[in-house]
Amino acid sequence: MASWGEASESRLIGKRVTRLSGKDKVTGKAKYTFDINEPGMLYGRILRSETAHATVMGIDLSEAEALPGVKAVIPLIEVGNKLRYQGQEIAAVAAETDDIAKDAIRLIHVDLEELPHVVTEDDAMAEGAPQIREDWANNQSEPNVREDGDINTGFDEAAVEVEATYHTPVQTHVCLETHGHVAKWEDEQNLTVWASTQGVFGVRNDFAQHFELPANQVRVITEHMGGGFGSKFGPGIEGRTAVELARITGKAVKLMLTRKAEHLVAGNRPSMTQQVRAGATSDGRLIAYDMKGYGTGGISSGAGFTGPYVYHVPNSRAERVNVAVNAGNQRAMRAPGHPQGAFAMDSLMDELAEKLGMDPVEFRRINDPNEVRQAQYTLGAQEIGWHRRNSVPGSGTSVKKRGMGVGSGQWGGGGGRGTEARVTINADGTVEAVTGTQDIGTGIRTVIAMIVAEEFGLETTDVRVKVGDSQPGLPSGGSGGSQTTPSVAPVIKTAAAAAKQKLFERIAPLLDAPVGDLRVGTGTIYVVSDRTKTITWKQATGQLGMESISEGGTWEEDLRQNGAAGTQFAEVEIDTQTGAIRVIKIVAVQDCGLAINRLTTESQVNGGVIMGLGQAILEERFMDPVTGRMLNANLEDYKVPGTFEIPEIKSIVFDTHRKVTGVGEPPCIPTPGAIANAVYNAIGVRIRSLPITPDKILDALAEKA
Amino acid sequence: MEKFSYVNATSLEQVTSLLSESGWGEVMLIAGGTDLLAELKEYIETPKTLVNLKTLPGMDSIEADASGLKIGALATVADIAMHPTIQHHYTVLSQAAGSVATPQIRNVGTLGGNLCQRPRCWYYRDESTDCLKKGGDICYAVDGLSKYHAILGGDPVYIVHPSDLAPALIALGASVKIVGPEGEKTMSLEEFFTLPAANPFRENVLEPNEIVVEVSVPAPKPNTKSFYLKAREKGAPDFALSSVAGVFEMDGKTCKTASIVLGGVAPAPWRSKEAEAAVTGKMIDESVSQQAGTDAVKDAEPLNDNMYKVTLTRNLVSRAAMMAAS
Repeated sequence: MASWGEASESRLIGKRVTRLSGKDKVTGKAKYTFDINEPGMLYGRILRSETAHATVMGIDLSEAEALPGVKAVIPLIEVGNKLRYQGQEIAAVAAETDDIAKDAIRLIHVDLEELPHVVTEDDAMAEGAPQIREDWANNQSEPNVREDGDINTGFDEAAVEVEATYHTPVQTHVCLETHGHVAKWEDEQNLTVWASTQGVFGVRNDFAQHFELPANQVRVITEHMGGGFGSKFGPGIEGRTAVELARITGKAVKLMLTRKAEHLVAGNRPSMTQQVRAGATSDGRLIAYDMKGYGTGGISSGAGFTGPYVYHVPNSRAERVNVAVNAGNQRAMRAPGHPQGAFAMDSLMDELAEKLGMDPVEFRRINDPNEVRQAQYTLGAQEIGWHRRNSVPGSGTSVKKRGMGVGSGQWGGGGGRGTEARVTINADGTVEAVTGTQDIGTGIRTVIAMIVAEEFGLETTDVRVKVGDSQPGLPSGGSGGSQTTPSVAPVIKTAAAAAKQKLFERIAPLLDAPVGDLRVGTGTIYVVSDRTKTITWKQATGQLGMESISEGGTWEEDLRQNGAAGTQFAEVEIDTQTGAIRVIKIVAVQDCGLAINRLTTESQVNGGVIMGLGQAILEERFMDPVTGRMLNANLEDYKVPGTFEIPEIKSIVFDTHRKVTGVGEPPCIPTPGAIANAVYNAIGVRIRSLPITPDKILDALAEKA
Repeated sequence: MEKFSYVNATSLEQVTSLLSESGWGEVMLIAGGTDLLAELKEYIETPKTLVNLKTLPGMDSIEADASGLKIGALATVADIAMHPTIQHHYTVLSQAAGSVATPQIRNVGTLGGNLCQRPRCWYYRDESTDCLKKGGDICYAVDGLSKYHAILGGDPVYIVHPSDLAPALIALGASVKIVGPEGEKTMSLEEFFTLPAANPFRENVLEPNEIVVEVSVPAPKPNTKSFYLKAREKGAPDFALSSVAGVFEMDGKTCKTASIVLGGVAPAPWRSKEAEAAVTGKMIDESVSQQAGTDAVKDAEPLNDNMYKVTLTRNLVSRAAMMAAS
């Protein structure tokens, strides 16, 4: 059975290793798609709709085409078709400079017949609302209903009940590097595209299919990328447009989305509104749960959310519908559906616990079937100082009030097959590891180097890692679903082990020992039965002469495990006069199996917590019902956490076994619930709608008074 | 942005003469550009000519003596925030300047630009929305989303004035020197700003051919305490949801004179004579400070989404008064 070995035997795996690309990133040497500039390159821009709903009656490209410096103008929608949200693509240009391209799209004249729009869930569901999707009645999908047990029996047994409505608004991904590509046709049959993507091979295959090319004649490169969070799996219309403009003009074309377009069309986390009634027995068992909810993923479907979540409820009914509005499509966003559902469930848990007169942690212990989280509750409570919390929520007379809360999450992250890799040992002692995965920012390069270096007794800096390029033809899946490390690490491990075995076979005669007796030391290979027989790594590889050893690997199921439990505790301080909320500390206890690189694992947890904090206290897409436009498609009024908002984060890597589990997503799940519960504990007023901003806090306090 | 020609200013006469050649918006002045560049990029403004004021000599000085301050319009927000005399004796101004945006913006943004900056309203800043401020028919905030809009003095345009320096300077009794083709004039900074009822398209009384050149601040009386309290959703950068500039001349816990100016809640910096009256001549305690807060917002008319600003402003005014007495 394949294994990562014991912790005591590991020299690198499980340790804290600074990411190999860190220096390049902070010095600006790292090249992102935005940084790629090809000789003679043109700049692409897309004209987008400012109207939420309209029929295109005519498009006149002639004036744009006539502008000096413009090399191509193409329509992206046919006359007679409908525009169904602000930001939808109308036409594109390629020009010698970005400024000319910008001027040119303003010279495209579009004749529209406006149609009535709906941009909020309430407006979409209202009686007599304009129908914006022909396949849905009342702009709503068929309800998705899940039932377990019998809720009527459940409620009969309930000693306490809570009924409440919870809401989370649409959030956008806010990738710091916007979506975009640099496309270049090497000749009529060979295409190279630099893409800001989290799926190099998916994008390659899309281009190959769309432009009818053999897949191995499309090369997609993602050396570094500035965030995806689930929104960058495919090339999108902008990617295909860049390639098409490059094809027409015969020049390289760079087309990156503007910040505004990034908010409008590059994906979002759907909203959630749920009305829930739940009951618990007098001894603190969740017994019944009845939820009816909806969310919008824009004009598309996919607005699901979890519920009931994590805790065991024997009798439950959950009914969800998707609501269509005239807004850009949702895309997967870091743990799709989970943070919304977790916020509602963890708020509900606290409300029930209070009715029962129980400590919220105690109430969770009774109802959480997950053993890992049971241990995490103890550790997290200890770390935050749970005993210090307000025993009576909102008590005290001080202006600034503090409170604590808890929240939970669950994710998979077990990885899967489909990665090919190659580990090569050269005669000069150099080592290469190549695979077609990409570094979405989690540090997979460093993880690969650590695995190979551990196997060979080398340092991570001795290993040349190549990822983010489809050219070597070693495919790997997209970096999503927290799958990268559990999918890639086992393959690298077995490839390195196979290469090492080959090297041992070559040098065993030299050391006059059976292959099975050879071991790697630190930069050495020795015979375990006779330690005087030792040669350096370079002496060993020198035996290869003109050859090199190059081995592939296989995905071994025993090297990874599915299932990542997480618990977070938050401490907040509320200024009851200004409604200002300050998150003081988050303790994030995150189950992750074997953390190959403890440092980058902690960084992932930190990043997840910060993203969860943004959802909890800042982020919201504002849609204007009258104009049908997003009012805050910028970074001024769409507020993301900055240094002032980021609290002390105690990131506890809770490694319960020595198999790899991905944790890219789960750390953002428990944060909003933990913060919302902490706010209640501080001020004794519950805010059931995210983000928890000063206006809501002041209004709630005023209502209480 | 649209193309424009760029002229380096050589003298105030040249600047006012360039401005006089056209009406609003054809010739525009640029110093730090932290506001104007965004307006150009969003096509909110499309001037034919930009006049760079940074080449004007001597307009970035800060002079402090016993009689008060003279701050050139080209002094940066960072210079104002970091000036030792301002930090010690004009605390409200230093705090206000320090609360502006980010270090990068404070390093280039100027006093003149900060006072003359345009509204942040999300309808105004959207090129496609033809709102009343831009010559359209309606103020969209009235029936639209109004979380960040005015609760005082709004009718008929509910923008808020975004400046942090303006409330602080008005509270300190500042006056502003303006140069036009006919020479210079000085007026109180309070009167410099106007409400939309007087002119929905502008936020101040500057004529198209005039330029702000200097702000003077009288030295505060002995035993003066001053504060700038700014409530915002985000540490930085963020504009005020509501702010209070308070300058209190104290005798122990008794307030001899007070000036209290609100930011972020009205289309102009909003001097609250009501709050001033509530504390003047009184020994400030909990009840007096609360009365000041209540009086400050008694004429407030919130829109759909900004009732919280009434509570917030009331509490900030009370807090400022309590700070004066502590």
